[in-house]
Amino acid sequence: MAIKWLIDASYFVAAILFILGLKGMSSPVSARKGIVWAGVGMVLATVVTFLTPGMNNFALMVIAIALGGAVAWVSGKKVAMTDMPQMVAIYNGMGGGAAAAIAAVEFARGEMHGTVVTLLATLGALIGAVSFSGSVVAWAKLQGVMKKAFRLPAQNAVNIVLALVTVAVGGAIVIAPTIDPVLVGAFFVLALVLGIIITLPIGGADMPVVISLFNAFTGLAVGFEGFVMGIPALIIAGIVVGAAGTLLTQLMAKAMNRPISNILFTPMTGAASGGEAVEGEQREVGAMDAAALMRYASKVIIVPGYGMAVAGAQHKVWEMTELLEEAGVEVVFAIHPVAGRMPGHMNVLLAEAGVPYDKIFDLEEINGDFAQADVALVIGANDVVNPSARTDKSSPIFGMPILNADMAQNVIVVKRGKGTGYSGIENALFYKENTRLLYGSAQQAIGEVIQHVKALSV
Amino acid sequence: MDGMLALYIFMLAAFTGYEVISRVPVILHTPLMSGSNFVHGVVLVGGMIALGQAETPLEQAIGFVAVLLGAANAAGGYVVTERMLAMFKAKEKK
Repeated sequence: MAIKWLIDASYFVAAILFILGLKGMSSPVSARKGIVWAGVGMVLATVVTFLTPGMNNFALMVIAIALGGAVAWVSGKKVAMTDMPQMVAIYNGMGGGAAAAIAAVEFARGEMHGTVVTLLATLGALIGAVSFSGSVVAWAKLQGVMKKAFRLPAQNAVNIVLALVTVAVGGAIVIAPTIDPVLVGAFFVLALVLGIIITLPIGGADMPVVISLFNAFTGLAVGFEGFVMGIPALIIAGIVVGAAGTLLTQLMAKAMNRPISNILFTPMTGAASGGEAVEGEQREVGAMDAAALMRYASKVIIVPGYGMAVAGAQHKVWEMTELLEEAGVEVVFAIHPVAGRMPGHMNVLLAEAGVPYDKIFDLEEINGDFAQADVALVIGANDVVNPSARTDKSSPIFGMPILNADMAQNVIVVKRGKGTGYSGIENALFYKENTRLLYGSAQQAIGEVIQHVKALSV
Repeated sequence: MDGMLALYIFMLAAFTGYEVISRVPVILHTPLMSGSNFVHGVVLVGGMIALGQAETPLEQAIGFVAVLLGAANAAGGYVVTERMLAMFKAKEKK
Protein backbone atom coordinates (compact mmCIF):
# COMPACT_ATOMS: atom_id res chain seq x y z
CA MET A 1 0.00 0.00 0.00
CA ALA A 2 2.85 2.34 0.88
CA ILE A 3 4.42 1.62 -2.50
CA LYS A 4 1.22 2.43 -4.34
CA TRP A 5 1.04 5.70 -2.45
CA LEU A 6 4.65 6.50 -3.34
CA ILE A 7 4.01 5.79 -7.04
CA ASP A 8 0.85 7.89 -7.17
CA ALA A 9 2.52 10.77 -5.33
CA SER A 10 5.50 10.64 -7.71
CA TYR A 11 3.23 10.73 -10.78
CA PHE A 12 1.47 13.71 -9.23
CA VAL A 13 4.76 15.55 -8.72
CA ALA A 14 5.85 14.62 -12.25
CA ALA A 15 2.65 16.12 -13.70
CA ILE A 16 3.31 19.37 -11.80
CA LEU A 17 6.90 19.43 -13.05
CA PHE A 18 5.75 18.96 -16.67
CA ILE A 19 3.38 21.92 -16.46
CA LEU A 20 5.93 24.10 -14.65
CA GLY A 21 8.52 23.08 -17.23
CA LEU A 22 6.32 24.10 -20.15
CA LYS A 23 5.52 27.34 -18.35
CA GLY A 24 9.24 27.99 -17.86
CA MET A 25 9.78 27.52 -21.58
CA SER A 26 7.52 30.49 -22.26
CA SER A 27 10.33 32.96 -21.57
CA PRO A 28 13.91 32.92 -22.89
CA VAL A 29 15.21 33.65 -19.39
CA SER A 30 13.69 30.61 -17.71
CA ALA A 31 13.45 28.31 -20.73
CA ARG A 32 16.47 26.19 -19.91
CA LYS A 33 15.34 25.72 -16.33
CA GLY A 34 11.96 24.67 -17.74
CA ILE A 35 13.26 21.74 -19.76
CA VAL A 36 15.40 20.58 -16.83
CA TRP A 37 12.35 20.53 -14.53
CA ALA A 38 10.37 18.57 -17.08
CA GLY A 39 13.35 16.22 -17.35
CA VAL A 40 13.39 15.64 -13.58
CA GLY A 41 9.67 14.84 -13.77
CA MET A 42 10.32 12.31 -16.52
CA VAL A 43 13.11 10.53 -14.62
CA LEU A 44 10.98 10.43 -11.46
CA ALA A 45 7.97 8.98 -13.30
CA THR A 46 10.09 6.38 -15.09
CA VAL A 47 11.96 5.23 -11.97
CA VAL A 48 8.89 4.77 -9.76
CA THR A 49 7.13 2.82 -12.51
CA PHE A 50 9.62 -0.01 -11.93
CA LEU A 51 8.12 -0.37 -8.42
CA THR A 52 4.60 -1.03 -9.78
CA PRO A 53 3.35 -4.24 -8.09
CA GLY A 54 2.75 -7.34 -10.21
CA MET A 55 4.91 -6.43 -13.20
CA ASN A 56 6.96 -8.87 -15.27
CA ASN A 57 9.40 -8.66 -18.17
CA PHE A 58 11.84 -6.34 -16.39
CA ALA A 59 14.77 -7.52 -18.52
CA LEU A 60 12.93 -6.68 -21.74
CA MET A 61 11.94 -3.34 -20.25
CA VAL A 62 15.48 -2.35 -19.36
CA ILE A 63 16.82 -3.44 -22.75
CA ALA A 64 14.11 -1.45 -24.59
CA ILE A 65 14.75 1.67 -22.52
CA ALA A 66 18.53 1.43 -22.89
CA LEU A 67 18.32 0.77 -26.63
CA GLY A 68 15.69 3.36 -27.54
CA GLY A 69 17.09 5.93 -25.15
CA ALA A 70 20.71 5.54 -26.25
CA VAL A 71 20.02 5.66 -29.99
CA ALA A 72 17.82 8.75 -29.63
CA TRP A 73 20.23 10.43 -27.21
CA VAL A 74 23.23 10.01 -29.51
CA SER A 75 21.37 11.04 -32.68
CA GLY A 76 19.92 14.03 -30.84
CA LYS A 77 23.39 15.15 -29.77
CA LYS A 78 24.73 14.90 -33.31
CA VAL A 79 21.95 16.42 -35.40
CA ALA A 80 22.69 19.77 -37.06
CA MET A 81 20.51 22.71 -36.03
CA THR A 82 19.24 23.10 -39.60
CA ASP A 83 17.91 19.52 -39.46
CA MET A 84 16.01 20.11 -36.21
CA PRO A 85 12.46 20.07 -37.69
CA GLN A 86 12.75 16.55 -39.08
CA MET A 87 14.37 15.37 -35.85
CA VAL A 88 11.44 16.68 -33.81
CA ALA A 89 9.15 15.01 -36.36
CA ILE A 90 10.75 11.59 -35.94
CA TYR A 91 10.82 11.71 -32.12
CA ASN A 92 7.22 12.81 -32.16
CA GLY A 93 6.31 9.96 -34.50
CA MET A 94 7.89 7.53 -32.06
CA GLY A 95 5.70 8.87 -29.24
CA GLY A 96 2.63 8.35 -31.43
CA GLY A 97 3.81 4.85 -32.29
CA ALA A 98 4.29 4.08 -28.60
CA ALA A 99 0.74 5.21 -27.81
CA ALA A 100 -0.63 3.04 -30.63
CA ALA A 101 1.47 0.08 -29.42
CA ILE A 102 0.09 0.46 -25.88
CA ALA A 103 -3.42 0.25 -27.31
CA ALA A 104 -2.36 -2.83 -29.31
CA VAL A 105 -1.11 -4.58 -26.15
CA GLU A 106 -4.39 -3.82 -24.40
CA PHE A 107 -6.35 -5.18 -27.38
CA ALA A 108 -4.17 -8.30 -27.42
CA ARG A 109 -4.77 -8.87 -23.69
CA GLY A 110 -8.49 -8.51 -24.39
CA GLU A 111 -9.14 -6.93 -21.01
CA MET A 112 -10.96 -3.75 -21.91
CA HIS A 113 -13.65 -2.86 -19.43
CA GLY A 114 -16.56 -0.90 -20.79
CA THR A 115 -17.38 0.97 -23.98
CA VAL A 116 -15.70 4.21 -22.91
CA VAL A 117 -12.35 2.51 -22.31
CA THR A 118 -12.52 0.69 -25.66
CA LEU A 119 -13.59 3.86 -27.43
CA LEU A 120 -10.69 5.91 -26.06
CA ALA A 121 -8.20 3.09 -26.65
CA THR A 122 -9.36 2.90 -30.28
CA LEU A 123 -9.26 6.67 -30.75
CA GLY A 124 -5.79 6.87 -29.22
CA ALA A 125 -4.62 4.01 -31.42
CA LEU A 126 -5.97 5.74 -34.55
CA ILE A 127 -4.45 9.12 -33.74
CA GLY A 128 -1.16 7.65 -32.55
CA ALA A 129 -0.76 5.44 -35.62
CA VAL A 130 -1.56 8.32 -38.01
CA SER A 131 0.92 10.51 -36.15
CA PHE A 132 3.55 7.76 -36.36
CA SER A 133 3.40 6.98 -40.09
CA GLY A 134 2.72 10.62 -41.01
CA SER A 135 5.72 11.82 -39.03
CA VAL A 136 7.95 9.26 -40.71
CA VAL A 137 6.85 10.60 -44.12
CA ALA A 138 7.42 14.19 -42.90
CA TRP A 139 10.90 13.22 -41.74
CA ALA A 140 11.68 11.53 -45.07
CA LYS A 141 10.59 14.61 -47.00
CA LEU A 142 12.56 17.14 -44.97
CA GLN A 143 15.59 14.88 -44.82
CA GLY A 144 15.52 14.68 -48.63
CA VAL A 145 15.03 10.91 -48.67
CA MET A 146 11.76 11.49 -50.45
CA LYS A 147 12.18 14.30 -52.95
CA LYS A 148 8.86 15.07 -54.55
CA ALA A 149 5.38 15.84 -53.39
CA PHE A 150 3.36 12.86 -54.49
CA ARG A 151 -0.29 13.15 -55.40
CA LEU A 152 -2.71 10.35 -56.09
CA PRO A 153 -5.42 10.96 -58.66
CA ALA A 154 -8.48 12.22 -56.74
CA GLN A 155 -6.35 12.56 -53.62
CA ASN A 156 -9.03 14.19 -51.49
CA ALA A 157 -11.63 11.55 -52.34
CA VAL A 158 -9.14 8.79 -51.49
CA ASN A 159 -8.30 10.52 -48.18
CA ILE A 160 -11.94 10.84 -47.19
CA VAL A 161 -12.91 7.29 -48.18
CA LEU A 162 -9.89 5.83 -46.38
CA ALA A 163 -10.60 7.91 -43.27
CA LEU A 164 -14.26 6.84 -43.25
CA VAL A 165 -13.37 3.15 -43.69
CA THR A 166 -10.82 3.39 -40.86
CA VAL A 167 -13.32 5.07 -38.53
CA ALA A 168 -15.98 2.49 -39.48
CA VAL A 169 -13.64 -0.40 -38.63
CA GLY A 170 -12.73 1.37 -35.37
CA GLY A 171 -16.44 1.77 -34.61
CA ALA A 172 -16.99 -1.93 -35.23
CA ILE A 173 -14.24 -2.75 -32.70
CA VAL A 174 -15.87 -0.53 -30.09
CA ILE A 175 -19.37 -1.99 -30.62
CA ALA A 176 -18.32 -5.66 -30.88
CA PRO A 177 -18.88 -7.58 -27.62
CA THR A 178 -15.52 -9.36 -27.86
CA ILE A 179 -12.28 -8.20 -29.43
CA ASP A 180 -11.77 -9.58 -32.93
CA PRO A 181 -8.02 -9.86 -33.73
CA VAL A 182 -8.60 -9.64 -37.51
CA LEU A 183 -10.59 -6.44 -37.14
CA VAL A 184 -7.94 -4.94 -34.83
CA GLY A 185 -5.13 -5.87 -37.23
CA ALA A 186 -6.98 -4.35 -40.19
CA PHE A 187 -7.65 -1.23 -38.14
CA PHE A 188 -3.97 -0.65 -37.39
CA VAL A 189 -2.94 -1.23 -41.01
CA LEU A 190 -5.62 1.21 -42.22
CA ALA A 191 -4.59 3.86 -39.69
CA LEU A 192 -0.92 3.61 -40.67
CA VAL A 193 -1.76 3.84 -44.39
CA LEU A 194 -4.01 6.83 -43.66
CA GLY A 195 -1.12 8.70 -42.02
CA ILE A 196 1.08 8.07 -45.07
CA ILE A 197 -1.57 9.02 -47.62
CA ILE A 198 -2.47 12.27 -45.83
CA THR A 199 1.16 13.41 -45.55
CA LEU A 200 2.49 12.39 -48.99
CA PRO A 201 1.06 15.25 -51.08
CA ILE A 202 2.07 18.00 -48.63
CA GLY A 203 4.99 20.16 -49.79
CA GLY A 204 8.06 21.02 -47.76
CA ALA A 205 6.93 24.59 -47.03
CA ASP A 206 3.78 23.42 -45.27
CA MET A 207 5.53 20.62 -43.39
CA PRO A 208 6.20 22.53 -40.14
CA VAL A 209 2.48 23.03 -39.61
CA VAL A 210 1.91 19.34 -40.22
CA ILE A 211 4.66 18.33 -37.78
CA SER A 212 3.10 20.61 -35.19
CA LEU A 213 -0.31 19.07 -35.87
CA PHE A 214 1.10 15.56 -35.43
CA ASN A 215 2.73 16.73 -32.19
CA ALA A 216 -0.70 17.72 -30.90
CA PHE A 217 -2.08 14.38 -32.19
CA THR A 218 0.51 12.40 -30.26
CA GLY A 219 -0.34 14.38 -27.13
CA LEU A 220 -4.02 13.46 -27.47
CA ALA A 221 -3.18 9.81 -28.18
CA VAL A 222 -1.00 9.68 -25.05
CA GLY A 223 -3.79 11.31 -23.03
CA PHE A 224 -6.36 8.74 -24.22
CA GLU A 225 -4.08 5.78 -23.56
CA GLY A 226 -3.39 7.31 -20.13
CA PHE A 227 -7.10 6.95 -19.41
CA VAL A 228 -7.06 3.35 -20.64
CA MET A 229 -4.10 2.52 -18.36
CA GLY A 230 -5.56 4.56 -15.48
CA ILE A 231 -2.56 6.86 -15.07
CA PRO A 232 -3.63 10.50 -14.53
CA ALA A 233 -0.06 11.79 -15.14
CA LEU A 234 -0.28 10.50 -18.72
CA ILE A 235 -3.70 12.07 -19.19
CA ILE A 236 -2.48 15.44 -17.94
CA ALA A 237 0.81 15.48 -19.87
CA GLY A 238 -0.89 14.23 -23.04
CA ILE A 239 -3.86 16.58 -23.00
CA VAL A 240 -1.74 19.61 -22.02
CA VAL A 241 0.50 18.91 -25.03
CA GLY A 242 -2.54 18.22 -27.21
CA ALA A 243 -4.06 21.61 -26.36
CA ALA A 244 -0.76 23.49 -26.54
CA GLY A 245 0.13 21.80 -29.82
CA THR A 246 -3.24 22.67 -31.33
CA LEU A 247 -2.79 26.33 -30.42
CA LEU A 248 0.77 26.31 -31.76
CA THR A 249 -0.46 24.76 -35.02
CA GLN A 250 -3.10 27.47 -35.35
CA LEU A 251 -0.53 30.20 -34.74
CA MET A 252 1.74 28.77 -37.43
CA ALA A 253 -1.04 28.33 -39.96
CA LYS A 254 -2.20 31.88 -39.27
CA ALA A 255 1.30 33.24 -39.79
CA MET A 256 1.36 31.56 -43.20
CA ASN A 257 -2.20 32.62 -44.00
CA ARG A 258 -2.98 29.00 -44.81
CA PRO A 259 -5.95 27.51 -42.96
CA ILE A 260 -5.12 24.01 -41.70
CA SER A 261 -7.81 22.51 -43.91
CA ASN A 262 -6.11 24.08 -46.96
CA ILE A 263 -2.76 22.64 -46.02
CA LEU A 264 -4.20 19.16 -45.65
CA PHE A 265 -6.47 19.20 -48.67
CA THR A 266 -5.06 21.62 -51.27
CA PRO A 267 -1.27 21.45 -51.16
CA MET A 268 0.57 24.46 -52.57
CA THR A 269 2.56 22.48 -55.12
CA GLY A 270 1.16 23.09 -58.58
CA ALA A 271 -0.78 26.17 -57.49
CA ALA A 272 2.45 28.14 -57.48
CA SER A 273 2.14 29.17 -61.12
CA GLY A 274 -0.39 31.96 -60.36
CA GLY A 275 0.41 35.64 -59.95
CA GLU A 276 0.96 38.48 -62.37
CA ALA A 277 4.13 38.65 -64.41
CA VAL A 278 6.53 41.20 -62.96
CA GLU A 279 7.74 44.06 -65.15
CA GLY A 280 11.16 45.64 -64.93
CA GLU A 281 14.69 44.44 -64.51
CA GLN A 282 16.91 43.31 -61.70
CA ARG A 283 19.81 45.62 -60.84
CA GLU A 284 23.04 44.15 -59.63
CA VAL A 285 25.35 45.50 -56.94
CA GLY A 286 28.93 44.53 -56.10
CA ALA A 287 30.14 43.51 -52.66
CA MET A 288 32.13 46.75 -52.30
CA ASP A 289 29.12 49.02 -52.94
CA ALA A 290 26.95 46.89 -50.69
CA ALA A 291 29.56 47.20 -47.93
CA ALA A 292 29.76 50.99 -48.32
CA LEU A 293 25.98 51.32 -48.29
CA MET A 294 25.75 49.52 -44.97
CA ARG A 295 28.92 50.93 -43.39
CA TYR A 296 27.63 54.50 -43.76
CA ALA A 297 24.03 53.71 -42.88
CA SER A 298 22.61 54.57 -39.48
CA LYS A 299 20.19 51.64 -39.37
CA VAL A 300 20.35 48.25 -41.09
CA ILE A 301 17.68 45.57 -40.79
CA ILE A 302 18.76 42.07 -41.75
CA VAL A 303 16.07 39.67 -43.02
CA PRO A 304 17.50 36.15 -42.90
CA GLY A 305 15.80 33.22 -44.63
CA TYR A 306 16.29 29.52 -44.81
CA GLY A 307 18.73 30.01 -47.72
CA MET A 308 21.15 31.65 -45.29
CA ALA A 309 20.97 28.70 -42.93
CA VAL A 310 21.45 26.15 -45.70
CA ALA A 311 24.55 28.04 -46.85
CA GLY A 312 25.75 27.98 -43.22
CA ALA A 313 26.28 31.73 -43.43
CA GLN A 314 24.84 32.76 -40.04
CA HIS A 315 28.29 32.99 -38.44
CA LYS A 316 29.53 35.28 -41.24
CA VAL A 317 26.39 37.38 -40.94
CA TRP A 318 26.98 37.82 -37.20
CA GLU A 319 30.65 38.70 -37.84
CA MET A 320 29.50 41.37 -40.31
CA THR A 321 26.92 42.63 -37.80
CA GLU A 322 29.58 43.09 -35.12
CA LEU A 323 31.84 44.98 -37.56
CA LEU A 324 28.99 47.29 -38.53
CA GLU A 325 28.09 47.89 -34.90
CA GLU A 326 31.67 48.82 -34.10
CA ALA A 327 31.38 51.39 -36.87
CA GLY A 328 28.31 52.83 -35.14
CA VAL A 329 25.59 51.32 -37.29
CA GLU A 330 22.45 50.05 -35.58
CA VAL A 331 21.83 46.50 -36.81
CA VAL A 332 18.80 44.36 -35.96
CA PHE A 333 17.33 41.14 -37.30
CA ALA A 334 13.77 40.78 -38.57
CA ILE A 335 12.32 37.30 -38.48
CA HIS A 336 9.22 36.22 -40.29
CA PRO A 337 7.13 33.70 -38.33
CA VAL A 338 7.78 31.02 -40.93
CA ALA A 339 11.44 31.84 -41.64
CA GLY A 340 13.39 28.63 -41.49
CA ARG A 341 11.26 25.58 -41.43
CA MET A 342 9.34 26.06 -38.22
CA PRO A 343 8.30 29.19 -36.34
CA GLY A 344 11.29 30.10 -34.22
CA HIS A 345 13.66 27.87 -36.19
CA MET A 346 15.56 30.89 -37.52
CA ASN A 347 15.94 32.21 -33.97
CA VAL A 348 17.59 28.94 -33.00
CA LEU A 349 19.94 29.12 -35.98
CA LEU A 350 20.90 32.73 -35.18
CA ALA A 351 21.33 31.87 -31.50
CA GLU A 352 23.72 29.11 -32.55
CA ALA A 353 25.83 31.74 -34.34
CA GLY A 354 25.91 33.84 -31.16
CA VAL A 355 23.31 36.50 -32.02
CA PRO A 356 21.71 37.67 -28.74
CA TYR A 357 17.94 37.30 -28.72
CA ASP A 358 17.35 40.95 -27.85
CA LYS A 359 18.59 41.95 -31.33
CA ILE A 360 15.97 39.76 -32.97
CA PHE A 361 12.49 41.07 -33.66
CA ASP A 362 9.41 39.44 -35.08
CA LEU A 363 7.08 40.70 -37.76
CA GLU A 364 4.72 42.85 -35.67
CA GLU A 365 7.54 44.44 -33.70
CA ILE A 366 9.67 45.48 -36.65
CA ASN A 367 7.41 46.14 -39.62
CA GLY A 368 6.94 49.80 -38.68
CA ASP A 369 10.72 50.32 -38.55
CA PHE A 370 11.57 49.49 -42.16
CA ALA A 371 10.59 52.98 -43.29
CA GLN A 372 13.30 54.43 -41.02
CA ALA A 373 15.95 51.90 -42.09
CA ASP A 374 18.63 52.92 -44.56
CA VAL A 375 19.24 49.39 -45.69
CA ALA A 376 17.24 46.17 -45.56
CA LEU A 377 19.57 43.25 -46.20
CA VAL A 378 17.64 40.19 -47.39
CA ILE A 379 19.66 37.00 -47.21
CA GLY A 380 18.19 33.82 -48.64
CA ALA A 381 14.61 34.89 -47.98
CA ASN A 382 12.07 35.23 -50.75
CA ASP A 383 8.31 34.82 -50.30
CA VAL A 384 8.33 36.43 -46.85
CA VAL A 385 9.42 39.77 -48.36
CA ASN A 386 7.34 39.59 -51.55
CA PRO A 387 5.18 42.75 -51.75
CA SER A 388 2.80 40.93 -54.13
CA ALA A 389 1.34 39.36 -50.99
CA ARG A 390 -0.08 42.80 -50.19
CA THR A 391 -1.20 43.88 -53.65
CA ASP A 392 -1.61 41.08 -56.20
CA LYS A 393 -4.86 39.20 -55.65
CA SER A 394 -3.92 36.52 -58.16
CA SER A 395 -0.72 35.63 -56.35
CA PRO A 396 -0.80 32.31 -54.49
CA ILE A 397 0.61 34.04 -51.42
CA PHE A 398 -1.84 36.97 -51.49
CA GLY A 399 -2.82 37.93 -47.95
CA MET A 400 0.18 36.33 -46.25
CA PRO A 401 1.70 38.80 -43.77
CA ILE A 402 5.13 39.83 -45.02
CA LEU A 403 8.09 41.81 -43.76
CA ASN A 404 7.97 45.26 -45.36
CA ALA A 405 11.57 45.18 -46.55
CA ASP A 406 10.54 47.09 -49.69
CA MET A 407 9.83 50.18 -47.56
CA ALA A 408 13.47 50.63 -46.57
CA GLN A 409 15.53 53.33 -48.33
CA ASN A 410 17.68 50.68 -49.98
CA VAL A 411 17.17 46.96 -50.29
CA ILE A 412 20.05 44.58 -50.85
CA VAL A 413 19.11 41.01 -51.72
CA VAL A 414 21.75 38.31 -51.47
CA LYS A 415 20.73 35.64 -53.96
CA ARG A 416 22.36 32.71 -55.70
CA GLY A 417 21.05 33.44 -59.18
CA LYS A 418 18.22 34.99 -61.16
CA GLY A 419 15.64 32.21 -60.73
CA THR A 420 12.60 32.13 -58.49
CA GLY A 421 12.93 30.58 -55.03
CA TYR A 422 11.72 27.48 -53.21
CA SER A 423 8.05 28.10 -53.99
CA GLY A 424 8.56 29.18 -57.61
CA ILE A 425 6.68 32.47 -57.14
CA GLU A 426 8.01 35.58 -58.90
CA ASN A 427 9.10 38.26 -56.39
CA ALA A 428 8.25 41.88 -57.22
CA LEU A 429 10.74 43.12 -54.61
CA PHE A 430 13.65 42.04 -56.79
CA TYR A 431 12.54 44.40 -59.58
CA LYS A 432 11.99 47.54 -57.52
CA GLU A 433 13.81 50.85 -58.08
CA ASN A 434 15.55 50.78 -54.73
CA THR A 435 16.49 47.11 -54.81
CA ARG A 436 19.97 45.86 -55.66
CA LEU A 437 20.93 42.22 -56.05
CA LEU A 438 24.16 40.85 -54.69
CA TYR A 439 24.71 37.56 -56.49
CA GLY A 440 26.54 34.64 -54.93
CA SER A 441 26.13 32.11 -52.16
CA ALA A 442 25.37 33.80 -48.84
CA GLN A 443 28.59 32.47 -47.33
CA GLN A 444 30.83 33.90 -50.04
CA ALA A 445 28.89 37.14 -50.66
CA ILE A 446 28.83 38.12 -46.97
CA GLY A 447 32.50 37.11 -46.68
CA GLU A 448 33.36 39.62 -49.41
CA VAL A 449 31.22 42.31 -47.78
CA ILE A 450 33.12 41.75 -44.52
CA GLN A 451 36.45 42.33 -46.28
CA HIS A 452 35.19 45.59 -47.77
CA VAL A 453 33.66 46.79 -44.48
CA LYS A 454 37.02 46.14 -42.80
CA ALA A 455 38.82 48.10 -45.53
CA LEU A 456 36.43 51.04 -45.05
CA SER A 457 36.94 51.05 -41.28
CA VAL A 458 40.72 51.37 -41.30
CA MET B 1 -11.04 5.23 -13.59
CA ASP B 2 -14.29 7.10 -13.19
CA GLY B 3 -15.23 8.42 -16.64
CA MET B 4 -16.71 11.68 -15.36
CA LEU B 5 -13.65 12.40 -13.23
CA ALA B 6 -11.43 11.74 -16.26
CA LEU B 7 -13.54 14.16 -18.28
CA TYR B 8 -12.81 16.88 -15.71
CA ILE B 9 -9.09 16.10 -15.91
CA PHE B 10 -9.27 16.32 -19.73
CA MET B 11 -11.01 19.68 -19.52
CA LEU B 12 -8.67 21.25 -16.97
CA ALA B 13 -5.55 19.92 -18.71
CA ALA B 14 -6.75 21.31 -22.04
CA PHE B 15 -7.22 24.80 -20.56
CA THR B 16 -3.86 24.55 -18.83
CA GLY B 17 -2.10 23.67 -22.08
CA TYR B 18 -3.82 26.52 -23.89
CA GLU B 19 -2.95 29.06 -21.18
CA VAL B 20 0.66 27.97 -20.80
CA ILE B 21 1.32 28.40 -24.51
CA SER B 22 -0.67 31.54 -25.21
CA ARG B 23 2.02 33.88 -23.87
CA VAL B 24 5.02 32.28 -25.58
CA PRO B 25 7.05 34.58 -27.86
CA VAL B 26 7.56 33.42 -31.45
CA ILE B 27 11.30 33.03 -30.89
CA LEU B 28 10.61 30.11 -28.57
CA HIS B 29 8.11 28.27 -30.77
CA THR B 30 10.57 25.74 -32.12
CA PRO B 31 12.10 24.85 -28.72
CA LEU B 32 8.59 24.77 -27.29
CA MET B 33 7.31 22.37 -29.94
CA SER B 34 10.33 20.25 -29.17
CA GLY B 35 9.76 20.63 -25.41
CA SER B 36 6.11 19.64 -25.61
CA ASN B 37 7.24 16.75 -27.79
CA PHE B 38 9.47 15.71 -24.88
CA VAL B 39 6.63 15.97 -22.36
CA HIS B 40 4.44 13.48 -24.22
CA GLY B 41 7.43 11.15 -24.01
CA VAL B 42 5.88 10.21 -20.66
CA VAL B 43 4.05 7.67 -22.84
CA LEU B 44 7.11 5.62 -21.86
CA VAL B 45 5.49 5.02 -18.46
CA GLY B 46 2.36 3.65 -20.13
CA GLY B 47 4.51 1.43 -22.33
CA MET B 48 6.39 0.07 -19.30
CA ILE B 49 3.16 -0.85 -17.53
CA ALA B 50 1.76 -2.43 -20.71
CA LEU B 51 4.94 -4.49 -21.13
CA GLY B 52 4.96 -5.33 -17.41
CA GLN B 53 1.52 -6.91 -17.75
CA ALA B 54 2.23 -8.64 -21.07
CA GLU B 55 2.03 -12.45 -21.03
CA THR B 56 2.04 -13.94 -24.53
CA PRO B 57 5.03 -13.47 -26.87
CA LEU B 58 2.90 -11.22 -29.11
CA GLU B 59 2.03 -8.95 -26.19
CA GLN B 60 5.65 -8.89 -25.10
CA ALA B 61 6.82 -8.00 -28.61
CA ILE B 62 4.37 -5.12 -28.98
CA GLY B 63 5.03 -3.97 -25.42
CA PHE B 64 8.76 -3.99 -26.16
CA VAL B 65 8.15 -1.77 -29.20
CA ALA B 66 6.03 0.58 -27.07
CA VAL B 67 8.80 0.99 -24.47
CA LEU B 68 11.49 1.31 -27.17
CA LEU B 69 9.61 4.07 -29.01
CA GLY B 70 8.56 5.82 -25.81
CA ALA B 71 12.14 5.86 -24.50
CA ALA B 72 13.37 7.25 -27.83
CA ASN B 73 10.70 9.97 -27.74
CA ALA B 74 11.67 11.00 -24.21
CA ALA B 75 15.46 10.84 -24.59
CA GLY B 76 15.60 12.43 -28.04
CA GLY B 77 13.08 15.09 -27.13
CA TYR B 78 15.09 16.08 -24.07
CA VAL B 79 18.46 16.25 -25.83
CA VAL B 80 17.38 18.39 -28.77
CA THR B 81 15.31 20.76 -26.62
CA GLU B 82 18.13 21.23 -24.13
CA ARG B 83 20.61 21.85 -26.97
CA MET B 84 18.41 24.52 -28.51
CA LEU B 85 17.64 26.30 -25.25
CA ALA B 86 21.27 26.27 -24.12
CA MET B 87 22.03 28.63 -27.03
CA PHE B 88 19.57 31.34 -26.07
CA LYS B 89 21.34 34.08 -24.22
CA ALA B 90 20.96 37.82 -23.94
CA LYS B 91 23.66 40.19 -25.14
CA GLU B 92 26.49 40.23 -22.61
CA LYS B 93 27.29 43.60 -21.14
CA LYS B 94 30.81 44.51 -22.16
